[in-house]
Amino acid sequence: MSDIAAGGVPAPAPGAASRRAPIITTGPVAWVRANLFNNWLSTAVTLLLAYLIVRWTLGFIDWAFVNAVWSVPIVNGQAQTAACREIKGVGACWAVVTEKHRFILFGTYPFDEHWRPALVCLLFVALYVVSAMRRFWSWVLVPIWIGTLTLIGVLMWGGILGLTYVPQERWGGLPITLILATFGLAFAFPLAVLVALGRRSRLPAIKMLCILYVELIRGVPLISLLFMASVMFPLFLPEGMNIDKLLRAQVAMILFAAAYLAEVVRGGLQALPKGQYEAADALGLSYWQKTGFIILPQALRLVIPPLVNTFIGFFKDTSLVLIIGIFDLLTAGKTAIVEPAWQGFGVEVYVTIGVIYLVFCFAMSKYSQDLERDLNAHRRR
Amino acid sequence: MGETMEAPVASAMRTDAPPAIRLEGVNKWFGALHVLRDINMTVATGERVVVCGPSGSGKSTMIRCINRLEQHQEGRIVVDNIELSDDLRSLDAIRREVGMVFQSFNLFPHLTVLENCTLAPIWVRRMPKKEAEALAMEYLERVRIPEQAAKYPGQLSGGQQQRVAIARALCMKPKIMLFDEPTSALDPEMIKEVLDTMVMLAGTGMTMICVTHEMGFARQVADRVVFMDRGEIVESGEPEAIFSNPQTDRLKLFLSQILRGH
Repeated sequence: MSDIAAGGVPAPAPGAASRRAPIITTGPVAWVRANLFNNWLSTAVTLLLAYLIVRWTLGFIDWAFVNAVWSVPIVNGQAQTAACREIKGVGACWAVVTEKHRFILFGTYPFDEHWRPALVCLLFVALYVVSAMRRFWSWVLVPIWIGTLTLIGVLMWGGILGLTYVPQERWGGLPITLILATFGLAFAFPLAVLVALGRRSRLPAIKMLCILYVELIRGVPLISLLFMASVMFPLFLPEGMNIDKLLRAQVAMILFAAAYLAEVVRGGLQALPKGQYEAADALGLSYWQKTGFIILPQALRLVIPPLVNTFIGFFKDTSLVLIIGIFDLLTAGKTAIVEPAWQGFGVEVYVTIGVIYLVFCFAMSKYSQDLERDLNAHRRR
Repeated sequence: MGETMEAPVASAMRTDAPPAIRLEGVNKWFGALHVLRDINMTVATGERVVVCGPSGSGKSTMIRCINRLEQHQEGRIVVDNIELSDDLRSLDAIRREVGMVFQSFNLFPHLTVLENCTLAPIWVRRMPKKEAEALAMEYLERVRIPEQAAKYPGQLSGGQQQRVAIARALCMKPKIMLFDEPTSALDPEMIKEVLDTMVMLAGTGMTMICVTHEMGFARQVADRVVFMDRGEIVESGEPEAIFSNPQTDRLKLFLSQILRGH
């Protein structure tokens, strides 16, 4: 008679015609009752937290929208920020963003040529969108990438096709961030795959080299690598030879990202059952056929979450180039509020920059979830 | 054994042709463990050999040495007139001619059944895609699962997966097939469908080495049964002789355990 003891409801007699449906224990109302209001303490906590959330949300809306100042008058080229100073702490001064958005986005790039970096940003986004679509996943992507990146270089530098030449020192803002992140990952990822494969190589020299690389780079902070690239590396170059500062930082970032990504990829390689290697060997596939068709497709699918995790981290790490004076998005924002008129309005600028980073990172995260679901369809029954 | 004796499959063994596989004085160690001790064995073209023995007796290791999933340390292994050596080209040549079926199927889970079957013919045999697909469908029909071609391995039962694995190996048109306990990971009701496929294959005159404990299968198709224990070949002979008239205590003990188990 355990069923009575457990449920309190007697089991229906054999052949019983019908009985009433059980009380609904699923659905949003039932969930709220069971989880938020199931006794007086939890009711109290729920109400308190609800009050705080509502209050803070209203407070933020007041600050960001209701009391905000969206623009200020400009007299003789000087922004008159008195209105902003008056409501400081009560309302946001978005005027700083309205006024400085072109500087924040494009840095010290010549003002009249801002359409070029703007177009570059659009090209980058278009490149991401095209690469994300699975129907383009073929060799077509290689010329698309080479073409787009070349076009981006032409637009940024100029000097041909009637575009005025803009030296790299004047580049800045969002294009720099996108350049560092895109080139960084585009080169770091293949390098990482090779290093991960190398760490499992049967040739001791290759294996040692890959282990040494990973451990050496991983054991050093990115900032010190950037310092080395910007300060120490030029000392070793012969007199008169100079390598672009951005390029040096870029290489340092590639080497850094690749070491981390290599370990992520290796995790995927380790997770594959030995039988997959043996089956590929037994069929007579060569090493590269086995790796390309059997091992990597499976290993990389397994590590999509940590891989994207590293990608997102790397995207944000590009802001560290601030240390060596490269003008990325964050540096541009920081510089925008150096001007005396705008001093003290950092929060608004940093919120704006934070939103830009968030948009890119959230897109990556969302895309990786979809990708994971689609690519692992074969595991569903 | 509790199973009905099925009609034996006529032997296709050819003693006039050079042997398909020759093992001479093969020794292998895992660390200090001596897993293969002076293995001498010749398998004729078209011969069907069943290898049995207790677990840890070295039978899997022996057949894995034949396509070099394991490396032997002493002795010679000659497959299809090619000696196994460190030369990668001879290894590739041997692997093209030797098909293998594993205990745990080892299908590629990210590829469809059809892609599993066409991958190696396309890339190793350099066969045009259309031709490879036609060939794959032919073999999938022969193992009686053509309707599953577009599915992923994870969507099939164990028995179906193992039949796909057999079809995949056959698509390379190997001269020799190695079976490493092909039914050990299967539920009892699926063992028969895989054994039936192997009996069908035996009927085509394929040279086969099967590591298996399916004594009914051994009786039905084997030209020879090899009993291994502790890394050695202890007894070898026709199935009837081995099962009805074991010479050594070790084989007697093994057979009594096998019979009790069934």
